[in-house]
Order: sequence, then structure tokens, then C-alpha cells
Amino acid sequence: MVKKIAFLKNKANEIRRLVIEMLAKAASGHPGGSLSSSDIIACLYFEVMHHDPKNPKWPDRDRFHLSKGHCCPALYAALSMCGYFPQEELWKLRKINSLLQGHPDKRIPGIEVASGSLGQGLSVALGMALAARLDNKDYRTYCLMGDGELQEGNIWEAAMAAAHYKVDSLCGIVDYNHFQIDGRIEEIMNLEPLANKWEAFGWHVVQCDGHNIGELLEAFAKAKAMKLKPTVIIANTVKGKGVSFMEHVVDFHGRAPSEKEREIALKELEAIEKAENEEK
Amino acid sequence: MEQLYARDVYGKTLIELGKKDSRVVVGDADLSSSTRTSLFAREFPERFFNFGIAEQNMMATAAGLASCGKIVFVSTFAMFASARALGQVRNTVCYNNLNVKIVATHAGITVGEDGSSHQALEDVNFLRAIPNMHIVVPADAPQAREAVIAAYQTEGPFYIRLGRSKVTTIENKNKFILGKGDILEEGKDIAIIACGLLVNEALVAGELLKKKGISATVANIHTIKPIDVEMIIMLAKKHKNILVCEEHQVTGGLFSAVAEVTSRNCPVKVERIGMEDKFGQSGSPAQLLEFYGFNADSIAKKAESIVRQ
Repeated sequence: MVKKIAFLKNKANEIRRLVIEMLAKAASGHPGGSLSSSDIIACLYFEVMHHDPKNPKWPDRDRFHLSKGHCCPALYAALSMCGYFPQEELWKLRKINSLLQGHPDKRIPGIEVASGSLGQGLSVALGMALAARLDNKDYRTYCLMGDGELQEGNIWEAAMAAAHYKVDSLCGIVDYNHFQIDGRIEEIMNLEPLANKWEAFGWHVVQCDGHNIGELLEAFAKAKAMKLKPTVIIANTVKGKGVSFMEHVVDFHGRAPSEKEREIALKELEAIEKAENEEK
Repeated sequence: MEQLYARDVYGKTLIELGKKDSRVVVGDADLSSSTRTSLFAREFPERFFNFGIAEQNMMATAAGLASCGKIVFVSTFAMFASARALGQVRNTVCYNNLNVKIVATHAGITVGEDGSSHQALEDVNFLRAIPNMHIVVPADAPQAREAVIAAYQTEGPFYIRLGRSKVTTIENKNKFILGKGDILEEGKDIAIIACGLLVNEALVAGELLKKKGISATVANIHTIKPIDVEMIIMLAKKHKNILVCEEHQVTGGLFSAVAEVTSRNCPVKVERIGMEDKFGQSGSPAQLLEFYGFNADSIAKKAESIVRQ
């Protein structure tokens, strides 16, 4: 377990470094939420999910849908690390005629369904999970949501339906970093009491530190064990996690790092990885 | 003359498709008894999902099902199928080019007594600009069946627009071909192009015009997208005037689609019968068709005035 956690920490750190690199090259995009969700994505792609990068359409694969599509840099990084497409593609993010669109697009190997218009993803994931039931397949469906997008009514329509149909193969994850473009969630449109809301909608709720690999893995295990109810993991995270000057800074929701900021950020992330590896 | 509910035929066609293909899945948003998806629900309860009054969730969930290989038919009233879930249809269904077949009922002014809040007169306009979308407005119930089968057989998203009331079955029509119009009457003075319920009205108008010595071509252009460019150019070349009839706002529907083709290829005067940029009201379907100028008399009068200009 200790080894596994160290391995996943390294993967998350690599995702973060790639996010910084690709956003600096793209000169646009969303670092804050990409960094806050890197540990979640590392756990899913390098431990929790059954998937085959050599056969992206393997019918029994677990499904992942990024409802908070703007945080695709973290997902693209993970997909390239898994081998879904060559790493060079990352350096063409958001450029004309490139594979990697500003928001997830179905033509990208490993992307099931495009996303970007917030609030629709949980429904899409629900559809995938219902398809598994119809086909008697035991794959699981994971849907990563932003906290801000929980303000969309569509999310709660999907929440109601998933509980109604007792879709226990569906696992939602909320990247609860407390910031949206215009400011703090609490100031723009409060979500609290968030866990109570999901519970009232009939969901199994697990809360954890979204940067603690051990807690995340435990949360995913609890989700898998739950029968007759969908699970939501409310992952408490820090926007911009891992880069000191991006942490809790709303400006970095949707602003790419400058060349100088890129250098500092990479140095900080390398220092974190070094410290973590020395701990072992 | 045979009169049938297109939605009855839709429900029966779903059962037919459900029997032969287990990939067929159906969803509704609490209107299954009106849209007749209830017929499928009774036969295949495990493949039917009632989403309650939540159209946005229905559309995006349908997309998720389709992404896993299902052929998903979803139904509700045209008002909610188009306007209420437009973002989901644009960004999730159409952008991903998924097999989601929206079969909307209760379209147009002939919803009748329920009044303007339920009279979808803008739906084709909302959906026509979206890439990958197919739009079919069948002229009668048997054609609705053919359109549903074509949607089942053709990859990608569809919007099939049906009405609430019974429609007269058109006797002399040809086999339905997606994207191809059908000429029902040949004349020389004017070409009347119609879709949906107004195809029959146009045919009756053609008879009225004959009595006045005017010979009209009547074409059923049931597929609004992709539009039959070839047929429209041919009609525009053969006739000095075109009159387009649809149970829809004059903006963005069949009239617009026809005018877009003629303006680029063979400019000709194109006139219209449609809702003239206003909301409807309660009333019986026949009263409303008359009041807003959609019925055969109105079409004949308009055609005559155009020809005699």
C-alpha cells in the first residue's frame, strides 16, 4: 500500500508538471481546477479503473466522463502517460488543427463523450451506467464534476434519476476546491450543506481529502462496495494545488502561467516530488 | 379518407423496432401516454426509462446510452424537446454525433386548446442550425413510420416532428427517402412546397386552384435537414413562383431552408404561409388553422394572388 501510494503521488506530480508545461505552451487554459483534480485523476487512471490504452474501445472498460471539461489538461496528461496518444500532442493543446481541443472532444483516444458545457456530465455518465445494466456488464462509470457546476439544475435532475434507478455502478466525484470564475463559491452561489443535498437526493456520500491518495483509494473502494445507491465522493481540494502562487488564487482558474511562472511552478513541483521520494 | 394519429403509429413502430433490435432504448419525460412511448414501455419495461419532468437530463442521459451503442428514442412535446434541452442537444447529442432520435409530438399551432405556451412554432429553427442534426416533418402517419425507421437505420441525431391531432393519409405519395422531396402534383403556374400537416392542405388548395384555372405543383419536402437542394432548384427553374407552407414561424423553418437554396442557385420569388412572427392562442385546431391562415383556403388564396400579380 505504501508503495502504491508513493507511485500514485509521483503520477499526480507528473500530471501537474505536464499541466503547467502544456498550459504555458498553449498560453491559455485552466490551471486551477486541473491542479486540484490531479490526484483524483491519477488514482482513477493508474489504480482504480479497468481500461486498456491499446484498446480504447474495449467494451468492458470502466467509463470516465469529465463533466468539468475545462480541466482537461489534467486528463490529457494522464491519457498521454497511459499511452492513449503520444506526449508530443500535449504541446499542441488548443492550437489549430491539433488533436487536443480546448475542451474534451470525442475524436481524442480515451475520451468517451465531449464535454465543456457544464452541468450535463452526470447525465451522460448515468446513461453509460444504465447501458452497462442493460448489457449485463459490470463496468463502473466515474464522473468528475466541478463544484461550481453543481449550480446547474441539470446536475440535480441527473442526481434524482440515478438514485431513482438505483444505479450503484455510478460514482460521481466533486472536486470541491471552493472557487469558480467570479470568486469564492460561498460568495457567488453557496452549495452548502453539500453532503446533505446529495444524501437528500438518495446518494451514498463519502467525504475525503482530495489530495490524500490513501483517502481517495478508500473512498473509491467504499463506492464500489455500495449496493443499490450511486456514490458521490466529495473530494476536498485546493484550487491550484502544488504551485504556491496558484493555490486559492481565483485568477488562475482560467489564466495560463507566463514563462517565468512556468519555471517557478515546475521547480516547486520538482521539489515536492523530491521531498516525497525522500520520505520513502 | 383515412385519418390517423401519427403518434399512435410512432408507438407501434417503436415496438416493431424493439422486437428486432435489443439496442433500441426509449425515454420519455412524463408524457409517455401522450407521445405513445407508453406502448413500448408496456412491451419492454426494462428498456424504457421515464425521466420525469426533466428534459435536460433525458437528452444528456440518452447521449450517454448512445455512446455505449444504444439506439435511443426520446420523446416529449416539441416545445420541451427543442427549447427546454437545447444546450444538451447541441453540445452533447449533436457535437458527439450520437444515435439519439428525438421524436417530438404536439408540435405546431394544432396543439390547439392548450394555447401558446404549448404550441411549438420555433422548434425547427432552434435545431436546424446544429451540425449533424437530421430534421424530418412527416406529412402523415404512415410517413411518420417510415421516418422513424429511417432514423433507426441512419447513424446520428434526428428530430422527427409530429402533431397532436389526426392527420389525413395522403394516397398518392411515393416511398419515403430521407433527404428527398416527393412531388405529389405536377403543375406549371406555381410550385407549392409544404411539410407536415400542411401537405394535405396544399393538396386541397391545389384542387381549389384548378377550379380557378391555375395549375399548381405540390411537393412534400418532409426532410428539412438535409434539404433536397436538387429538387428545390428544379422547382425554381420550372416555376416563376414558389409558395412554402409550414406550421412553424416564418423564421428558420422550411421557408428559410428553401429560400437559402434558391437565393444561391436560382433566385426566384419565394412566398410563405407560416406564423408571421407572433404567438398563438387557444382554440380548436381547425379554428386556429383558419385564423392564422394555414388552411387550404388560405393557401389557395395566397397562391392565386401570387400568380395573378
